[in-house]
Amino acid sequence: MIRIESVSKSFEHQQVLKQIDARFNPGQTNLIIGRSGSGKTVLMKCIIGLIQPDSGNIFYNDQKFSDFTPQQQLQFRKEMGVVFQAGALFDSMTVEQNLKLPMDFFTNQSQKEKTDRINFCLQRVNLEKSNHLYPSELSGGMKKRVAIARAIVLNPKYLICDEPNSGLDPLTAILIDNLIREITLEFNTTTIINTHDLNSVMEIGDHVIFLSEGEKCWEGSREDILHTDNKTLNDFVFASELMKKIQ
Amino acid sequence: MKLFYHLGRYFLLLRRIFSKPENHRLYFKQVIHEMDKLGVASLGIVAIISFFMGMVVIIHMTINMGNPLISDIYNSYTTRDVLVLEFSSTVLCLILAGKVGSNIASEIGTMRVTEQIDALETMGINSAAYLIQPKIIGMMLVIPVLVTLSIFIGLAGGMFIAKIGNLVTMNDFLFGIRYQFKPYYVVYSLVKSVVFAFLITSVSAYHGYYTKGGALEVGRSSTLAVVYSMITILIADYLITQIMLS
Repeated sequence: MIRIESVSKSFEHQQVLKQIDARFNPGQTNLIIGRSGSGKTVLMKCIIGLIQPDSGNIFYNDQKFSDFTPQQQLQFRKEMGVVFQAGALFDSMTVEQNLKLPMDFFTNQSQKEKTDRINFCLQRVNLEKSNHLYPSELSGGMKKRVAIARAIVLNPKYLICDEPNSGLDPLTAILIDNLIREITLEFNTTTIINTHDLNSVMEIGDHVIFLSEGEKCWEGSREDILHTDNKTLNDFVFASELMKKIQ
Repeated sequence: MKLFYHLGRYFLLLRRIFSKPENHRLYFKQVIHEMDKLGVASLGIVAIISFFMGMVVIIHMTINMGNPLISDIYNSYTTRDVLVLEFSSTVLCLILAGKVGSNIASEIGTMRVTEQIDALETMGINSAAYLIQPKIIGMMLVIPVLVTLSIFIGLAGGMFIAKIGNLVTMNDFLFGIRYQFKPYYVVYSLVKSVVFAFLITSVSAYHGYYTKGGALEVGRSSTLAVVYSMITILIADYLITQIMLS
């Protein structure tokens, strides 16, 4: 479980996050949605510890992140899988080497055990036989799937994804969404997904947080979105004329 | 003030780079890889430049010391000292700063803007140490070898043109390159090469590591890396010469 408490962040006098409170439970897909520039990525980077919030706290299983010793921080990072927007695969390494790197650093497994685990993860994301390909030889959807495979290779407790289906066609995007949902249920991970894709919200949004101009404006499930009277959220969800007519 | 900001950030980065590796075996493999990628891959350009510079230097020496009162052995003697003292260490490292420095800055800069460094950090890997430490160690090991080879290849170039162009007899040439040979000059040259290797790698890595933005900024970081590597090499050259030779 991840809990954030009154998290605020500013960059050069511009407040990007304003007193955000939220709780993300394991075994469900938690979505952070909002327009571009609403503070989603900054919030995600605060959650994974890449950015230090100006105020507020982040708790992992009721342990405050700022109180972690360097050893605890390292342990925590081993329990976290992150999927970046563009995949962030290491260009100079093959798919297999990309997945092997965290295992080389943090496990004492034999080569065979590592290879078995890599093959299992690649099979899990439907990418068997792509072990020896380089990222430049993969399509956008394949890169995202390799990034997901790399994120789950150490059996993480927390899975954080930054716009995992941006730039993908709707069918591949739904495939990625469902894959993340299946992994969440299968391994009972605490999953947080940053997105502004409404298909994702409707497909896998067990718990949705809506950010607008750095503030948490709304919280609920995907069913609640359709019946909310929150004007800002309605403007975001039903932005097009067609959606307004459907509404 | 900006100078102090960059100096402070550079030294803080160095502290992160030289923190204890998480996995020694992986780092060792990386050092070997970097020695091959950055050092051995530069062998061709080092050989070509050194050979031609050796030829050019002995022609200059022959022209400028073409005096019946000065023995021909001094042509190869001065060529040797030019190569050992300055060309094969300083000039070669300035050239390598352009080739290797821009390579390092653009590689690390691209990793920064494509979030690969963030990915390493979120995995719990010290990205500065993993990416930069093997490059620094690899270069500090391989550049002295390149400098030594450059001295020999430069002398070979000088000998080649001395024979082809009938500038100096072989006996005079071979006597000249052994005449008043001071091993300390080679030590001085190798010390410089180790320091320059450290500067080229760390300064270039610093510019790449703190790249912000996109492709344009990666290009800018690469240019800055080369410029600042060259400036620091020249400053270090002066300081080392002052300390070791004066």
